[in-house]
Order: sequence, then structure tokens, then C-alpha cells
Amino acid sequence: MRNEIAFYLVAAFTVAFAIAAMTLRDLVHCALCAAGAFAGLAMLYLQLDAEFVGFAQLLVYVGAIAVLILFAVLLTRGDEVRPGRAAPARSWWMGAGAAALVLAAIAAPILLSPSLEGGAPGAASAPVRRIGEELMTRYVLPLELVGVLLTGALLGAVVIAMREEPRTEDKAGGIPPRFTPTPGNPANPR
Amino acid sequence: MSAPLTHYLILSALLFCIGFAGAVGRRSAILVLIGIELMLNAANLNFIAFWRYGPHPEALTGVMFVLFSIAIAAAEAAVGLALVIATYRQRRTTRMDQLDTLKG
Amino acid sequence: MQHVVQYLWLIPAVPLVMAGIGALLKRERRRAAAGLAIGGMAVAWVLSCVAFVASLGPDSFRATCTVKWFDLGDASVPLGWMLDPLTAIMLMMVTFLALLIFIYSLGYMAEDENFTRFFCFMSLFGAAMLGIVIANSLLLLFISWELVGLSSYLLIGFWYEKPQAAAAAKKAFITTRIGDMGLLLGMLWLYSKSGTLLFYDNGHGCLEAASLARLAAAATLGGMAVSTAISLLIFAGAVGKSGQLPLHVWLPDAMEGPTPVSALIHAATMVAAGVFLVARMYPLMSAGGHLAALEVVTWVGAITAVFAAAIAVAQNDIKRIIAYSTISQLGYMMMGLGVGGVAVGMFHLITHAFFKSLLFLGAGSVIHGCHGEQDIRKMGGLKKLMPWTFATYAAGMMALCGVPLFFSGFWSKDEILRAAWIWPSSPVPFCLGAAGAFLTAFYMMRQVSWVFFGKPAQAAGARAPAHESPGVMTIPLAVLAVFAVLAGFLGTPAWPWFQSYLNGEKVRFEPAALLASPQLNLMLLSAVVVGVAFLAGWKIYGNVAAQSLRAMDPLQKALPAFYRLLENKFFIDEFYGATVVRLNTAFAALADWLDRVLWTGAVQAVTRLTVALARFDSAIDELGVNAGFDASCDGLRGAGRGLSWLQNGRVQRYMRIAGVAFSVLALALIWGCG
Repeated sequence: MRNEIAFYLVAAFTVAFAIAAMTLRDLVHCALCAAGAFAGLAMLYLQLDAEFVGFAQLLVYVGAIAVLILFAVLLTRGDEVRPGRAAPARSWWMGAGAAALVLAAIAAPILLSPSLEGGAPGAASAPVRRIGEELMTRYVLPLELVGVLLTGALLGAVVIAMREEPRTEDKAGGIPPRFTPTPGNPANPR
Repeated sequence: MSAPLTHYLILSALLFCIGFAGAVGRRSAILVLIGIELMLNAANLNFIAFWRYGPHPEALTGVMFVLFSIAIAAAEAAVGLALVIATYRQRRTTRMDQLDTLKG
Repeated sequence: MQHVVQYLWLIPAVPLVMAGIGALLKRERRRAAAGLAIGGMAVAWVLSCVAFVASLGPDSFRATCTVKWFDLGDASVPLGWMLDPLTAIMLMMVTFLALLIFIYSLGYMAEDENFTRFFCFMSLFGAAMLGIVIANSLLLLFISWELVGLSSYLLIGFWYEKPQAAAAAKKAFITTRIGDMGLLLGMLWLYSKSGTLLFYDNGHGCLEAASLARLAAAATLGGMAVSTAISLLIFAGAVGKSGQLPLHVWLPDAMEGPTPVSALIHAATMVAAGVFLVARMYPLMSAGGHLAALEVVTWVGAITAVFAAAIAVAQNDIKRIIAYSTISQLGYMMMGLGVGGVAVGMFHLITHAFFKSLLFLGAGSVIHGCHGEQDIRKMGGLKKLMPWTFATYAAGMMALCGVPLFFSGFWSKDEILRAAWIWPSSPVPFCLGAAGAFLTAFYMMRQVSWVFFGKPAQAAGARAPAHESPGVMTIPLAVLAVFAVLAGFLGTPAWPWFQSYLNGEKVRFEPAALLASPQLNLMLLSAVVVGVAFLAGWKIYGNVAAQSLRAMDPLQKALPAFYRLLENKFFIDEFYGATVVRLNTAFAALADWLDRVLWTGAVQAVTRLTVALARFDSAIDELGVNAGFDASCDGLRGAGRGLSWLQNGRVQRYMRIAGVAFSVLALALIWGCG
């Protein structure tokens, strides 16, 4: 009973943050609410006895991805702040409609499927040791591949976001004057 | 005792759809990315729930999957945001309705 | 004779080959052309002599040789030739005269630039004429007949740049064509009735007894015997070719050709071909005792004789006078054939050939000597200037007029008059013949006095004085003059060799026959007629030396209207022009109208229809096909534009659509399988 209440609380918390993340106007608020949603999910993992995943979620999502999103929001703030309270685009309603349809499509089998009727779950544990063992034996190849993938993603992200050589026209490249992280001159904010 | 499986599943579906609605409906590219992360997280929750309530939790399949999913989501977020920054540098905008050079 | 007749085909073949070779010669090769022609005719003459000698022999009367030309279905088409006295005597005459005239032409045509063409055509003519003579087959006869007509056309129109010459050639050809149609119809009828093309064929020929009996027995329209009808049709061909009365109009105009042509063709040979044809067809004309055809022949001949002689009195062109004289004498020959039979007509043909060609060649010599002058009113006194010509011309003239005893024309004309005297049907031809003889002597006297006697006429702006012709021209004249005299002695009543030869009888020498009653009276009558005519002619025309320029013919002064009638040839040419020619012109205009309006209109209508159809097709193409195609292209473009609207480059929309599609699919699966 207590777990159920805990579940409902955490679920509501997560859903609220998720909705907030998707609907707020200011992007920074969205990023922060997204972090909150991630945290809520981590609590859910913990509730589901997947401790390692929960902590990994906190570390990676809240710690890295949310911060990354925040950085990106701050780096691309040129044209978002100035316009006034813009009405939601007409496409927003179409998006909502599509989302409702998707929800219906996913929820229908969940609710209608007979095999999902409950039995109490058995005890489940995911000790770290076991996870490590699995990683090194059964899932070693995916592990290596993910390593490669991460390396590639890292390098790729750096290359993509790297500032290009300045051209004769100053049309190319051009981060707004406020943020010009010129490598050779950290003291000069311009 | 935790909530029954279906609750987790419904929650996961709800989160997925919220993420989908944001990804499809909001104008900013970063919000699209946030939405995509939400969708991924919803799927991860789905995996863990099924692992927990499934027949063979000792196989740790769900957990492993989710771990890899988190790793890959991180990589994808990094690259995606780098793309948004690069695009912003080129186009001076992150509005999705202005990024339509793929138009046929 | 049989072995000779097999080679008889060489006689026309050699000149024909020479003509063919001559046609290929260039204009400058004059000696070669003359050599070919004269050489070819000389060979033909030698062969004719051989044939003549063979025919004199004791062998059968007639020998034939038949050669199959080609097969026409079941029937075969034969070509055949024959040798009998009629053939032999004609061969001799034609080849000899042709040879003499060819030699004469060497001098006469020496200054003409178309010398080679002349000899080529003359050779062709010779070959064709000889073909007629030896023909035993209707087909060979007709082929040669037409070739003769063609050569005559080519030679009359020899100087084709002169419009009168071209017109005369056309007139000759067309007029004889009218006669030839009759000939063709007669020949076709004869062929269809008798079933064979050959005249004599061991009893099966169309001129032999069995066939003649069949033809004489059958009757056709008007109760006429078929043989008579065929004979009349064939006689129509002879009327055209020999210039008898309705179809005589071409002969005087044919004088536009060179004089040797006139001598050979229009005096001696071609015009004689008509007479020869009647002689050849004589068995048909007298078959079964039906003499109607011969009566027609006689009347036509007699009337022609007088008619032409009358016109000759009022002519002033030296050659035209002789031309009308020829028409008149041909009438005599026809009359002779009609009243007296083959021998009588043929005798006059042979003698006439000699003296008429002599007269023509003499006239040519006169024209040559007077530098092309042909009007006798502008000549005179040539007796002293051209003695040889005068002597020979006089001999010919006296032969023509029938001066008694020493000149051939007397004997041959007498034979005709004698036969006419005893003709049972009517005495009129005899009177006509006598009148014709009077007129003949009269106009010849007129011509000779004006040409040869008196003072030389010097018209204003005259040419150089006349001169005698070269030897190459005068020698043939002399030879002909000899024959003009001597030929008569072949057929005197005292020794009728000619007649007996032709009839295949043995000749007998009876001097007493000369003095028998009809003969003697007729001879005296002829002498009187000729004498009176000469006197009259001399009286009226002989003393014209006194007149300076012969402003008007004395006869014209005396009987102006009658003279005008004669001078204009009884206006027959004008009559034909107003009737036949006008009818033809109207018909031609009608045909032209049909062609220009009707047929052209029809063609143009088809053209317009085609063009309209093409325009219609083009319109369909433009409006239907093109527009349809354009419309489909526009549709494609529109579809493309529509489709491209789907791709607006906005990723979110793609995602939304993917999400919707997935959920729809999932729901459908759930409900479908659930």
C-alpha cells in the first residue's frame, strides 16, 4: 500500500515535470524541468529494484545530459528570448492530436491484454557484481561497441560544434557577439 | 509492494506521448531533443518494468538493455546538441519551421 | 527459181541494213553515207537482175518462200515473199531507178548540210518499197507499206525548218493514213475470212482459187460480195497512196521535199505502190466474176486523170505541174487496171516511172541551174543555156504526152485507151482518157515553152544567169531518156512481150496486129489529139517571147473565172479545211476542254480533298494529340507539385505523420487480430 502511494507520488511528480518540460516557454525552465523528470524516473527505477540503473540514470541523465541541454540552450539563445508571448503554433494542436493517437495505440494493448494481469512479482535483484559479470561475459561485444560509439560520438560532437576557420566575409560562423569563446583570448568576453 | 505492472506501463506510455507531443509540437530544436530524451526514458522505464515483473529477472536482460540505452542516449544527446549548435551558427535560428532546406 | 527465191529477202534487207548503219554516221561522213546507200542499192539491183533472169526461165510461174516469224497462241504468224513476173519487173524498175536517183542526188544535194541524213532515209525508203514488192504475206506488205509512208514523211519534211515542208509532210502522212485505215480493215477482213496471211501458199493462200471462191460466194451488206467489199477497202489504201481523187491533196504539197525525193517517191515508186497493190490484189478484185470493184477503180482513175490534168494547166510552179501530171497518170494506170487488167496498168506504170522520174530530175536540174528558182514565169530560154537538160527533158515530155511511135508513153497509153474503148460497161472512161491526153499535151507544151523557149527572163534583182548542171546529174538524165524511148517497145501490139511475160504466156511477134482495125484507128486518134494539143499550146504560149513579163496567163485573160478555179485546184483543199479539218479541230478543242476542265478538275478535286484531309489530320494532331499530351504533361506537373507539397522539409511533420501512421497500424492490428 505504501509502495503504491509512493509510486503514485513519484509518477505524478515525473509526469508533471515532463509536461512542464514540454510546455514552458523559456527554454531554461524546460531544461530544468526535464532534469526533474529524469530524476523522477531514477526514483522509479529505484522503486523497481534496479538500483544500478537508477543511479546510472541520475549520473548520466541528470548529471550529464540535462546539463548538456542547458548549455546548448544557453549557447543558442539569440532569437528565442526577444519575441513576445507567441501563440502556440497551429502545429502544436496537430502534434497533440498525434500524440493522443499514439497514446491510444499504446495504451489499448496494455489495458486489453489479458496476460498482463498481475501476479505479484517475485524477488528480483540486480547486484552490481552480476551486472559486471554479465557485461564481461555475455554482453562484452555490445560493451565494446558502445565504447566505440561513445568515442565516435564524442569526436563527432566536437568536430560538428567546432568553430570553423574565419572566412573573408563574416557571414560564416558568427556566434552572437555576447558569447565568443575565442580560444586564444579567454580574458576577453567579446 | 509496488504498483502492478500495468500502472508502470501506462506511466511509461504517458511519458512517451508527452515526449512525442513535445518533439512534434514545439518549435525549438532543443525542445525536440528533450522530447526525444523523454521518449527514450519512457522506453527504458518500460524495459525495467518488464524485467522486474517478467518471468526471468535473474537474466538481467532488461537491466543490461537499459544500461546500454542510457549510454547510447547520452551519445546521441551529445551529437544532437552539437548539431543544433552548428546549425545555430549557420542559420542563426533554432526554429524548426525555418530549418526546411530539405523541402521537395 | 526456187533456190533464187530463198535469197530474195536480201533485196530489201541490204538497203535496210545500210540505212541502219547510215543512221549512226556523223553528219560529216558524207562520202560514207552516200557510199553505203548507193552500194546497198547496187547490190539490190544486181540481185534483182538475178531474180529477173530466173523468172524468165522455164520454171513455174510463181515461187514462194515462207518463214515463220513467231507463234501467237495456236496460230503462227508467217512472213513470206514470192517471185513472179510482176514481182520481178517491179524489182528491176525500183532498184534501177533508185540507183540512178541516188547517183543524181550526189550532185543535187552536194551543198546541203544534211547529206548523210538524206541518204539514210532514201535507203530506208528503198528497203521498204522493195519489201512491198516481194511481199507474199499481208503482214509483210502492211509493215512495208507503213514504212514507205514513214520514209515519205521523213523525206518530204527533210527541210523541216521550213514550215511549209513540215506542214506538207504532216499532210501527206495524215491523208495517206486515211487510206491506210481502209487498207487495214480490208486486210483484217481478208485474214479473218480466209484464215491465212499468205497470198500464195500451195493452194491455201488467200488469193488462190479456193479462198477466192469462198469470198466471192459470201455476201455482205447491200448484197455486195465479200470479195468486192474487201477489194474496195484495199482500194481505199491505194487511193491514199497513189493520190487518187478524194485523197490527192497531199501530192502537190509533197513537192516541198528535195527533187530527187519527188522523182523517186512521188513519181516512180511510192505512188506506184497503190497501183501495184491493186495489181497484186487483182485476183481478189475480179473474183467470181464480180467486177464491181474494178468498175469503181476505173471510174476513180478516169475522173482523177482529167481532174488533175485540168488543174495542171493553171499551175506555175515547175514541180507542181509535174506533180499534177503524176496524179493524172496514176489515174490512167488505175483506169488501165480496171478496164484492161494487170498487164495494161503495169505497162503504163513501168513506162511512166522512167519518163516521170526523168521529168522530175530534169526539173531538178533546171531548178539547180536557175539557183533555186521554181516559178516557170521567171524562167525562159534555157534551151541554149542548159542543152543536155533540154534534150532529155524534151524526150521525157514527149514520152509523157504520147508522141506516136517512138516514145514509150504512146504505146502504154494506147494500150489503156484500147482497153477502155472495148470496155463493156461504159464508153465514158474512154472519152475522159482522150480528154486527159489532150490536156496533158497542152500543159506540157505550156511548161516547156515557158521554161526552155523564148528569151531568158531577167527579173529585177535576178540571180546570176543559169548554167548547165554537172555530169553527175546529167548522165542519169540521159540514161533515163534512153529508157523513156526504148521501154515502149516492150509492149507494142506487134510484139507484146510485156503483157505476155506478166500473164505467163508465150509471146508472139505479129506485125500485122499493128494495123488491125481498132489498133490503127486508136493510134491515129492519139496522134491527132496530141498534135492538136501541141499546136494549141504553141499558139497560146509559144510566142510569149513577145511579152516581156507575162503579167497574165493568156488563158487567164480569156476565161478568168475558170482559170481561177483551176489555179486554186478546184478549192478542194479549202473545202477539206472547212469541213474535215474544222471538225477535227472542234473535236480536238472538245478533248482539250475535257482534259483541262473535267479531268484536271477531277484531279484537282482529289488534290483538294487530300489537302483538306491533311489539314483535318493536322487539326486533330494539334488539338487532339498535342493538347491531350500537353494536358497530361500539365497533369503530371500538377501532380508533382502536389506531391512536393507533402515534402515541406519540416522534420517534425514527418515525425508526426510517422507516429500517426504507426498508431493507426497498431490499432488496426489490435482490432484485427484481437
